[in-house]
Amino acid sequence: MAGICERCKKAQATYHLTDISADGDRNERHLCERCAVEEGLVQVHKPSLSAEILQHFVSTAKSLASSHNELICPDCGMTYLEFRNQGLLGCAKDYDAFREALHPLIEREHDGADHHVGKSPRAAASTHAADQEVRRLKKQLEEAVAAEDYERAASLRDRLRELERADE
Amino acid sequence: MSDPVGHFARQPGEWLRGVGPLNEIVISTRIRLARNLREFVFLTRADEQTRQEIANTLDAAARKTRVLAQCVFVDVEALDELDRRVLAERHLISRQHAEGAGARRAVLDPAQVCSLMINEEDHLRIQVIRSGLQLDAAWEQINAIDDALDERVEYAFHPQYGYLTACPTNVGTGIRVSVMLHLPALRLTNEVEKVGQAAKELKLAIRGLYGEGTDALGDFFQISNQITLGRSEQEIIDDFKKEIIPKIVKYEQAARDALVEHRASALDDKVYRAMGQLQNARLISSNEALQCLSHVRMGLHTGRIKSVDISTLNELFIQTQPAHLQKLYGERLTGEQRSVARANLIRTRLSRN
Repeated sequence: MAGICERCKKAQATYHLTDISADGDRNERHLCERCAVEEGLVQVHKPSLSAEILQHFVSTAKSLASSHNELICPDCGMTYLEFRNQGLLGCAKDYDAFREALHPLIEREHDGADHHVGKSPRAAASTHAADQEVRRLKKQLEEAVAAEDYERAASLRDRLRELERADE
Repeated sequence: MSDPVGHFARQPGEWLRGVGPLNEIVISTRIRLARNLREFVFLTRADEQTRQEIANTLDAAARKTRVLAQCVFVDVEALDELDRRVLAERHLISRQHAEGAGARRAVLDPAQVCSLMINEEDHLRIQVIRSGLQLDAAWEQINAIDDALDERVEYAFHPQYGYLTACPTNVGTGIRVSVMLHLPALRLTNEVEKVGQAAKELKLAIRGLYGEGTDALGDFFQISNQITLGRSEQEIIDDFKKEIIPKIVKYEQAARDALVEHRASALDDKVYRAMGQLQNARLISSNEALQCLSHVRMGLHTGRIKSVDISTLNELFIQTQPAHLQKLYGERLTGEQRSVARANLIRTRLSRN
């Protein structure tokens, strides 16, 4: 896919267009954005912030994601390809249905974060709070070990074991 | 209220009163939360009937919520286009909500501090906007509204990803904090880049007056968070409160002080030319008006001009916007008619001072 724009021969070609003439001849063109706009092949519009960000993370994850296009949500019927095209998900279940494709994108978008931290709805509050506490302690444990503060590490480990036991 | 939007258009609104902390530089503090209901598909997959059901569910929940008791319930879909634009110019609803299609509602508090958008990009967007730098007060208020609604509806929430949103860029807390700043001196001295750098370090975005995809009209800039996952609401707010906003306020103040001290004539020239344009123009566009008002505002806050008061200026900022102007005149105006009406309005208001 990667290549140089055939028109200006300078910028990276990001538009790959296929023209099919009336008698079925295919004519492929590879242009950079600027040339594509100048030739009137694409319209310039200011993308919304979300679309801009999404396009960025979708394009960087393109090779990864292309194999995921077929993923489909059993609940709402949306495919991963549809999500990629419009930037918005179809239902809450998509987060699990598209997980293998979506998770890396979410991580990249949120500076490596992969877990919610913060408030939670009333219904989920107690389990969520316990969950956050475990993650917080684990992080402190890692830090204590890294700092060779074994006394603190031991007490953190004990506290973690207690929480895990309570969970069972 | 027979004409709720007309009522809003004539009132200054809390965030435009210019009274909050650091109001000389910080215009407003806005927080919004994105929420979806567990039992419904997201709006991309919702047919008209589902949209109606979502709207009715949230409408009913909001009506029972004590903290929203004073609010006006508006059927955005049924609203006249001009009225929808008035609400967007006021930042009470987004442009997307104003221009969208299908069943959608808004719940507006008469003080114009909090609003709900129902069926925007997500089922629900809660917003609080206050004047000056009021992050804690805004958070406290929006958190209370969110908690109250949470008692009546079930939000889509994931044990790992938090509050689920139609766009994964909002997932987690679903929070967007936006602080609007007036930075005329940094713009004048070509130092806005400093702000960009400071924002970038904290992974914050800078936008123009009307958010996504708009230019920095009239030297107004909005700074907002991008990351919504992995950091708590409080941590996100603290970035603004303890890091970025004090830094930018300091930069702008230093730039203003330097202008007063070393380039007073250049500063006065900007301020008084702007005042002259406002007092004499017979045709003026909203962008030109915004830029002139911005310079006069800077003149007022640097003590270079005293013949105008801040509340008049603040009122003009909003009432010279296209939809407000037409609402005020009570009729549809063409572009040129608007320019004439705007120039008249400004001249009248400024001569009264």
